[in-house]
Formats: sequence, C-alpha cells, structure tokens
Amino acid sequence: MALTREQIAIRVARELKDGYYVNLGIGIPTLVANYVPEGIDVMLQSENGLLGMGPFPTEDEIDADMINAGKQTVTAATGASIFSSAESFAMIRGGHVDLTVLGAFEVDIEGNIASYMIPGKLIKGMGGAMDLVAGADNIIVTMTHASKHGESKLLTKCTLPLTGAGCIKKVLTDLAFIEIENGTFILKERAPGVSVEEIVSKTEGKMIVPDHVPEMVF
Amino acid sequence: MAGFNKVVNSYEEAMAGLEDGMTVVAGGFGLCGIPENLINQIKTMGTKDLTIVSNNCGVDGFGLGVLLEDRQVKKMVSSYVGENALFMQQLLAGELEVVLTPQGTLAEKMRAGGAGIPAFFTATGYGTPVAEGKEVREFNGRKCILEESITGDFAIVKGWKADRYGNVIYRHTAQNFNPMAATAGKITVVEVEEIVEPGELDPAHIHTPGIYVNRVILGTFEKRIEQRTVRK
Repeated sequence: MALTREQIAIRVARELKDGYYVNLGIGIPTLVANYVPEGIDVMLQSENGLLGMGPFPTEDEIDADMINAGKQTVTAATGASIFSSAESFAMIRGGHVDLTVLGAFEVDIEGNIASYMIPGKLIKGMGGAMDLVAGADNIIVTMTHASKHGESKLLTKCTLPLTGAGCIKKVLTDLAFIEIENGTFILKERAPGVSVEEIVSKTEGKMIVPDHVPEMVF
Repeated sequence: MAGFNKVVNSYEEAMAGLEDGMTVVAGGFGLCGIPENLINQIKTMGTKDLTIVSNNCGVDGFGLGVLLEDRQVKKMVSSYVGENALFMQQLLAGELEVVLTPQGTLAEKMRAGGAGIPAFFTATGYGTPVAEGKEVREFNGRKCILEESITGDFAIVKGWKADRYGNVIYRHTAQNFNPMAATAGKITVVEVEEIVEPGELDPAHIHTPGIYVNRVILGTFEKRIEQRTVRK
C-alpha cells in the first residue's frame, strides 16, 4: 500500500534529532510537527519570522499579528523568538536550519527540484522555496511518486521550471524513500507491501536498486 | 526637538507627494502587518502606474488587492501572489506585470537597498527562471547570481508603537518585511496603533530607528485574518 499523508509525515519525523531547528513547508510537511518522537525537542522555523512555532491558538488566544508562513494563526512556543523577514532568511540562506521538509512536483537524478510553477496554469510564485532549497544542506522532499495517470515524477531531467538546481539529496514519496547521489536515484526503503518492481516501473530516472530494500515499518 | 517630530495628522498628509509611476515598497506578509490605511489612501488618491514591491498583493477587496480594482498597479515585485483572483485575471490579460522574486531575495533586496548596497550575490534562484539574464559567479564552489537591490520613492510600513521621533516597534509576526521596507523608502511613512512620547520606548527595543522614518500617523486597523486556525 502506498503511504498515507500521515505515514509520510511519520517517516519524515524519524529523521528529526534532538535540538534540530526545522522548517516545514505547506501541506504534508506541516503534518510532521504532529509526529515528533518522544524525548526529542525540535524548534520549528516559520519563514515569515518566527523560530519556535507553537500549536494553533485557542479561540481566546487568536491574534491577527501571530501567524505562520501558511498565514494560519499560531502561537509561539516557550523559548521562541520573532524577527524580520531578512533575519529569517539569513537563518535559511546562511545554512543555520538543520532540516527542511518541502513538497515538489518533480525531482530528477541531478538533484534538481521543480515545485512552484506549472506553465500555462495559475502562476502563484515561489514564496520562500527557492531560498530554502538553495540554503539548506539537509532537505527532505515529500511528494507522490507518480501522477494520477501513472506518470513518474522522479525523472532524468525535470520538465517544469526549477525551484533549485542540484540541491536535493533525499526524497520520500508515497512508495519509497530514495536518495540522490552522483546523478542517480538510490532506492533505500519501500512502503509496506509495495514491490521493488512497482517502484522501478514508476521511476523514470536512473535508479540503483540494492539487493535488499527494507520495508518501512509503522 | 521639533525638527524630529515626524507625526502627521491626516492620511492626505501622510501620502502627500505620491505621483503616478512611482515605486512603493510595502511591508506585510499576507494580510499580517500590512499598512492597510496607507494602502486605502493610495486608492483614494487614484495614483496610477505604480510599481509595488511587497511580498504579496493582498486579497480581493483588502490590502493591496484594492489597488487592482481601479488598475493603479503597473508592476508587482512579489514572492507569492496566489490569493487574489483579480490579480490573476489582470496578469493573464497582460494588464499587470509581475516580477516573481524569492522571498529571501526580496527581503535582502529591500535590506540592501536601504543600506546603500546596490547589488549582492546569492545562490538562491541559480539554475531557475529567476536567474535569467543575471550575472553568475562561483564563490566557494557554489554558483551564485547577481541580484540588484530595491529602493522606493515611498515606503509604507505598519508598526505597533512609535514615538514622535519615528522610532518604531512591531508586534509579533506583524514585523515581517516592515523593518526592511522602512529603510528602503526615499519617503518612509509608518502607520501605528499607538504614538507615545520620546523616551517611553526602551531604546534597546527599537526595531526601526527614527532616522529611517519621515512620517508617522496614528491609525485604526481591521487586521483581517487570512487563515483562522484554532485548536480544540
């Protein structure tokens, strides 16, 4: 079975380490915050200018001046700090964020990522995504492995305009956990009950398949 | 010290001197920390052909979105414009130009502009459509593109409190782009929720020192919330 959104978030959360500063993108990455393992403290960075994002407010706590990068009302966690957009992106572009998790339309074997624009469709903008992929060392991309029509999104070369070039090393799809190294995908783990053959058939770019590919356990 | 008194008493006075074709740098992220009354004043003035530098363009009927209604905006420099149907309509019809700019690059363009730095190199955007036509240089093995800084004829800023000398503090995440915008205007106008006497704000807690600020005005704010999310 392909991973659910929650399972994707749970698997990503296993990459968290105690003391990590983490930036979570909009969508599935946001769910990772719900699955931080016991005994681990992480601080969430929100690029509109908040380090130490807390949970959503109660009705009584709602404050229009307190939002996250998804423009949702939030609270500040204990020990949080609030700062300007320039300061926020100094953290991001300066490589101070330990882990960045974000979504994508396509990735390719060179570590390129396309995530912000589909020509001919609505043009919304890249927000902070280009800064995040260019600035972070440790990035996990979460995405579906193939389109609804079965077309692979893990490619030899991205077809959509890029968000960043040569910056992606780890991809978690609904089918597999994959690393990118020296111009090839490497299959590291597969979703429970998903065969290596299915993953290979849905991966257009070159992929190294080790003899043993462990199943993820949930 | 009357020479340092930046307070003006009307929105007409606050935006006096704004002319067709000018560039306006605006603070705000989404609808948070936007100078909503200064924007409404620009709508009232009917100034046209404006270039607006702002992370977003408001929503339909609120924030910078209101300037689209009478086609006052010629060009937007923004990182994300996805919340606004009228914007998309004018963009697709070729009535509006947009320069999509990565959010960190946008913040840095304002910061650098205000700091007298004409351009800077950054890895952000290398290899993407943002890099088209821009000089590329390699630093420490990383390819970077040359980005030019931004200044405006006006900067419009939303603060929390200011003193009469134009020292400003911001509230929570309503800070966002406001401190950089404040430095980047030839004329910087700050609207705030409270004006206090000089000395009442702790000098060590000032976010925007008064040297950047030309005009301060007291406003009342709707503070619309874009995504009202609560926990049970």
